Amino acid sequence: MKKEILKLRGVKVHFPVQAGVFNRVVGHVLAVDGVDLDIFRGEVLGLAGESGCGKTTLGKAILRLVEPTDGEVKYISQDDDETELTSLEKKDMDPFRKKLQIVFQDPHSSLNPSFTIFGSLQDPLKKFGIKSKEERRKIIGDLLEAVNMRREYMDRYPHEFSGGQRQRIGIVRALCLEPELIVCDEAVSALDVSIQAQVLKLLMQLKKEKNLTYLFITHDLSVTEYLCDRIAVMYLGRIVELCDSEDLYNNTLHPYSEALISAIPVADLDKQTKRIVLEGDVPSPVNPPKGCPFHPRCPKATDICKTEVPTLKKYSTNGNEHYASCHLIDLPEIS
Amino acid sequence: MAKSSLDKKFDQIRKREEEKTFSTKKRSRIVNKFLNNRLAVLGLIIFTIIILASIFAPLLSPYDPMRVDLRSMRQPPSFDHWFGTDSTGRDVFTRVLFGGRVSIFIGLGSAILSAVVGIAVGCYAGYKGGWIDVIALRISEIFMSFPQIILVLLLVSITGQSLFNLMAIFILTGWGGMYRLARARMLSLREEEYVQALRSFGLSTFTICYKHMLPNALSPIMVNITLSTAMFILTEAGLSFLGLGVPLNIPTWGNILNVAQDILILQNYWWMWGPVGIVISVFVLCVNFIGDGLRDSTDPSQQG
Repeated sequence: MKKEILKLRGVKVHFPVQAGVFNRVVGHVLAVDGVDLDIFRGEVLGLAGESGCGKTTLGKAILRLVEPTDGEVKYISQDDDETELTSLEKKDMDPFRKKLQIVFQDPHSSLNPSFTIFGSLQDPLKKFGIKSKEERRKIIGDLLEAVNMRREYMDRYPHEFSGGQRQRIGIVRALCLEPELIVCDEAVSALDVSIQAQVLKLLMQLKKEKNLTYLFITHDLSVTEYLCDRIAVMYLGRIVELCDSEDLYNNTLHPYSEALISAIPVADLDKQTKRIVLEGDVPSPVNPPKGCPFHPRCPKATDICKTEVPTLKKYSTNGNEHYASCHLIDLPEIS
Repeated sequence: MAKSSLDKKFDQIRKREEEKTFSTKKRSRIVNKFLNNRLAVLGLIIFTIIILASIFAPLLSPYDPMRVDLRSMRQPPSFDHWFGTDSTGRDVFTRVLFGGRVSIFIGLGSAILSAVVGIAVGCYAGYKGGWIDVIALRISEIFMSFPQIILVLLLVSITGQSLFNLMAIFILTGWGGMYRLARARMLSLREEEYVQALRSFGLSTFTICYKHMLPNALSPIMVNITLSTAMFILTEAGLSFLGLGVPLNIPTWGNILNVAQDILILQNYWWMWGPVGIVISVFVLCVNFIGDGLRDSTDPSQQG
């Protein structure tokens, strides 16, 4: 039985655009524009999309690093208690900060250069009630060993480590309060391919040991294929397709996902794949196109796409739930 | 197979590493880079000498800087009086030593205190942003746009001359620059991911901005402290020369120079103003060398 850990309902993050002498608000960047998403306990949910589609902003909005403009983020504890996070006072957020953590993209800016690893990791532990220094050293030491690093490394400075090592320290930081959900914000994108594999393997191993749930934000669909149980594809601040990862690759419904998948390199010389090359850039999120936001670049667009905004509808492929928002899907909708 | 000399060297290094006798850390890169800068080291040496001489002034000179001795007025430099004596027979060398105490105290003290104020405001406002930042920015602009000399005149005419007033004015007009420097650094630092990570733990604003971010913003501020020390010493000398600075009975470098207002002294008694002028110039030059050295050594984009 699958149980939700997070329920997002209509989450919106709008950034005001100011111009002129008096900083008048002339418009809004619709970074995240109404996202409904359930994340289940123990799953790896991939969140894919190209640059600027709002996936990082969504990840940060869950942790309230960016305040959502509208919508609900509900956390469901193991005893089925629901808490709405976005309306909480800063102080009341603390117990949930422990449960939700984040691993960042850039290993070079994610560690404080003027503190040792222990120095920058001990304050959160102190805040959440681990008073003795010995205990804090033990927790961090154990976690460093869990990510295949030496215990002594905690007394070194960040500049003494390589990118992959730093990223593993970033994972240690996310793990140190025993969270339930970790947002991996492009956690491996800045690393070499060989190191990527190493870190991904580590993440999967930790997930098994500590019963974690991952929200795995990435722009690289070749990574998500092997990692994720389900994948959500985002375009211009909205989710356009959400389904089991196998179904995304084998029964793609949305033309945007098709284009993304066709861009994955295949390590087979004889295999000819049809590349779908998207024309133009992502439209400006300040004033997205009318109708389906994807229609100006969509190879299949028809008249209805230019006028009507499609909604996320439920279909069934291979007997699994499959959500997509496109007018042109000729499968029966299920409710 | 015979080992090459390079292999042997590596073996030795490995052995030392295993025995943990290999001292990985002796001096930080910043200290090394600073010590490689000859001008900065020279500046530091002379700076230290002048400060030590001022602190231990009573040991170095048998005279009292305030005692008037009418039998030995306006004597040229000799073995008894190294820099000669002034119009009331006071030993100029002693007065330069004792004057250094006050002048350096004013310069360094005002620079450090204005840095403390500037950092305290700048860090918080720069990290928090929003209306706090706007208000702090406007206040600093008001203070920076006010001419120092008018403020000094105002305060001297209201409360009279005093050391405290002078320092208060220096701090009032000086914190704005420090504030802007600290704020600018914080604005770029707050986008770093380690700050976001700290925020995701819900740590308090004070812990994040003063404990975790400030150390990374400190190096340009240190440089600025040295440079404004030099500036404050010069300003003090200038104001005291005009008779607006420190009360004339306290010996400071500026007050010693004050006698050079008299054309007779300027023409005939060079020892009353020459040596102290040189000491001021040398000291300011040294502080500037130190500041340059600090800037080069703390700048991570410069190698070597």
